[in-house]
Amino acid sequence: MSEAQEHAHEAGSKKLFLYVWFWLLGLTGIEVFLAYEQLGVKLMLTLLMGLSIIKATLIISYFMHLRYERRSLVLTLMPAMIFVIGMLFVFFPDSLRLLHMRPQ
Amino acid sequence: MASQDLTGTAGEVLHGATTQPSVWDGGGSPFAIGSKKFGMWLFIVSDAITFSALLIAYSYVRVASAAWPMPFHFYPSVIKATVMTFVLLTSSVTMVMAVRAAKLEQRGAAAKWVLATALCGVTFIVLHAFEWASLIEEGVRLFKNPWGTPLFGAAFFTLTGLHMTHVAIGVVYLTVIAIAFGRGKLSSEDVEVSGLYWHFVDLVWMFIFPLVYLLSVRR
Repeated sequence: MSEAQEHAHEAGSKKLFLYVWFWLLGLTGIEVFLAYEQLGVKLMLTLLMGLSIIKATLIISYFMHLRYERRSLVLTLMPAMIFVIGMLFVFFPDSLRLLHMRPQ
Repeated sequence: MASQDLTGTAGEVLHGATTQPSVWDGGGSPFAIGSKKFGMWLFIVSDAITFSALLIAYSYVRVASAAWPMPFHFYPSVIKATVMTFVLLTSSVTMVMAVRAAKLEQRGAAAKWVLATALCGVTFIVLHAFEWASLIEEGVRLFKNPWGTPLFGAAFFTLTGLHMTHVAIGVVYLTVIAIAFGRGKLSSEDVEVSGLYWHFVDLVWMFIFPLVYLLSVRR
């Protein structure tokens, strides 16, 4: 690859960024549409969070360039973050306990 | 590194064998990125955990409460919030274009793209301020609102307020970067690092938007 081509490749292609952008806008539109559908809370939450996680992955991988970084960097940052956030979910059984304890 | 004699398994000296330069010899950067970029990544991970803690605290309070308000009308609240989401997503694209231009040493173009990103940020803040004003006008306070659980206001204003603060800081940061980089001072790495921060701010909104707005639409 010539010097200029190498630079361009390293800098990222416009087409890829616009492609990711369109996907992000599309997923957002789907989320707004879903909000008005008659779905159970659990299903709605799962779908919305699932879509949001996909959007987050797209942003982190392509816009924040993590897809093209060293694997050691990805492994240093992401698993720990996901683990800590996952651990926070341990509180939800307690919130359900509170809900069920409310005087009806 | 120059060739050095290696020792074989039986302890004999192997003459003429050469060693490759090893990362353990020092002088390289860990993860092959600069320290500024790594520092920003570490900050982003910590801030992501902070926002996650707040989001989960909000979810906890919401799950445990009996009557959580669902006050967001399609017009103007949900439309405004959706436009705000589009604005932030667009700002991420302008930022990515800025980093690309910076790497190609196109300082003028990069500065313009960074300023466009900051402008999107300002648009976001203005729209959000109108949203806050209309909610406050309807009587929502930190621990009181006309609809249901008193903690709705605290949860909403804390989450969106902290996020808006991050956006505001980002706008100032980006403006400084744009001016300095345009004048030939900083390096493309500095633009990239500010880009990381900005994408993170966008990322957080990707979670606040469905959890706070879309789960509370008034049907």
